[in-house]
Amino acid sequence: MNTWIHIVYLIATALFIFSLKWMNSPETARRAVFAGVAAMLLAVIGTLIDPTIITPHYKWIALAVVIGTVLGVPLSMVPLTAVPQRTALSHSFGGLAAGLVGVAEFYLSFTEPGLELSHFRTAALCAEVLLGFLTFTGSLMAAGKLQEIIPTRPITYKGQNVINLSLLGVALLGSIVLTIDVNYTFIFPIIIVLALVFGVLLIMPIGGADMPTVISILNSYAGLSAVAMGFVMNNKLLITAGALDGSSGLILSIIMCKAMNRSFANVLFGAFGRVEAVAAEATKKTVKSATPEEAAQIMEQANTVVIVPGYGMAVAQAQHRVRELYDQLTKRGIAVKFAIHPVAGRMPGHMNVLLAEANIPYTDLVEMENINPEMPQVDVVLVVGANDVVNPAARTNKNSPIYGMPIIEADKAKTVLAIKRTMNPGFAGIENELYYADKTLMVFGDAKAVIGNMVKYLSSEGNH
Amino acid sequence: MRRSLFYGFLMVLAVLAISGTAGITAQTAVEPIPKAAEQVSEPGVDYITTLFVFMLATFVGLDVIRRVSRLLHTPLMSLTNAISAIAVVGSILIAGREHASFRFNILGMIAIAASVTNIVSGFLLTDRMLKMFKKREGSKA
Repeated sequence: MNTWIHIVYLIATALFIFSLKWMNSPETARRAVFAGVAAMLLAVIGTLIDPTIITPHYKWIALAVVIGTVLGVPLSMVPLTAVPQRTALSHSFGGLAAGLVGVAEFYLSFTEPGLELSHFRTAALCAEVLLGFLTFTGSLMAAGKLQEIIPTRPITYKGQNVINLSLLGVALLGSIVLTIDVNYTFIFPIIIVLALVFGVLLIMPIGGADMPTVISILNSYAGLSAVAMGFVMNNKLLITAGALDGSSGLILSIIMCKAMNRSFANVLFGAFGRVEAVAAEATKKTVKSATPEEAAQIMEQANTVVIVPGYGMAVAQAQHRVRELYDQLTKRGIAVKFAIHPVAGRMPGHMNVLLAEANIPYTDLVEMENINPEMPQVDVVLVVGANDVVNPAARTNKNSPIYGMPIIEADKAKTVLAIKRTMNPGFAGIENELYYADKTLMVFGDAKAVIGNMVKYLSSEGNH
Repeated sequence: MRRSLFYGFLMVLAVLAISGTAGITAQTAVEPIPKAAEQVSEPGVDYITTLFVFMLATFVGLDVIRRVSRLLHTPLMSLTNAISAIAVVGSILIAGREHASFRFNILGMIAIAASVTNIVSGFLLTDRMLKMFKKREGSKA
């Protein structure tokens, strides 16, 4: 009987790996979901036939599964602009599950034969509850910030990093003591409370634009807490699946950090969003502006147009209007491409999903590294709700907080059109030189309305 | 991507260090009086195997994820959400076994509900998003 369970788990592991492998191209990606579902079904079935489960408890398991399904279905139908919050919420559920199982395991070890805690299993258990509960509250905070229930602005105070690190230090110290002698049971609830508090404090100073990195790190933690659970329960399926998730979060966070030219430590403890902003140089610079109709005329004359989307496009829900603009321009034989910065939006790949939803073929979504060499040949760049990712200060101004961050080199194109509500500097209060350049025309207004007007102009043109 | 491998290594090393110290203390610490729960030192083989599994799975994971198309990072994350809900396995075992108090089963049931939420919403959302990725229409016609 036991061997069968292991074989089922083995197949499930292989399917999980295939599932992730098939995510390497949009053409095979839907297969990835089927493989993942099959693997999960096998894992659940393999667990349900475990002989230690007693029959009267199946109804309780079924009840919990029904509750989970009822909660899960609506969560899968959120609008795509809300996917970051949903993802953060889901990380917090993952952390909660791992944490609760850890709590049960710990107290059961004192009453049930065969569950006694060795030093190794105690250490793993501490890792499980620490990661689990800090992911739980941390992700709830992140979800709250993304949903704007909690102010998105970074909340900072004096000595913040010292407090955070010492909290973590105490929790780790407690874990070590508990590992050495498990009979100090009173330490266990303290570790839980510290982890819960640390999760909140860790996310508090983090601003909206750092969310892609933070979500990735929390993704990794959710996976690692499953790994720790696997160590505690001596279950290899938990370890492998958790490690896959953990490494996924790790790689995504590395990509995000690189795309911002910052380190993990800097994201978590740097409070980037703090407005220590280079007190806006008093020199009043002039900007040139254009009406949507004038902007549309300029694009009409172009051979190539590159659209740079940012979080502002998501906020204005402008992606469908962008699609109409794309249609109007391509109809005229103009080559239209989208330049995607890795950290545009609030989670990795956010822009791609929004544009795909608006039916823009993924073959026209180009990564930053691939579009930059083409920039000098581009006639018009249209910036929609992006700001820092096109700020040339990242290349030129050593004093700028974003110096060194790779950017989409919009300033190298022949003409730049930037849609913006006002001239207020964006996130972190960094001035954007691009808006003052000679080749730049600002189009003021709400992105959705502005692009709507452009489309109206172009379509009426087409009818004449 | 050498850096990612490096981080992977760091992760493994950290776990090894924790368990290593735990193992050493297991041998050196002399427990004076057997208390409520006596700490058992397992035969080393068992946890070394699990650490091996972890290390290899991490390397496979890093290598596979590295190849994931950047276009698909958002669906990737919701897919791994669903995969990390593998915690459902542990939750079912806690909820399904007979314990001294039913409170433990309730903890297990909450954990099942949380994990199943992730499984259901994770897979459904991933599929919904992946359906949206289309090539240029010309290739269809």
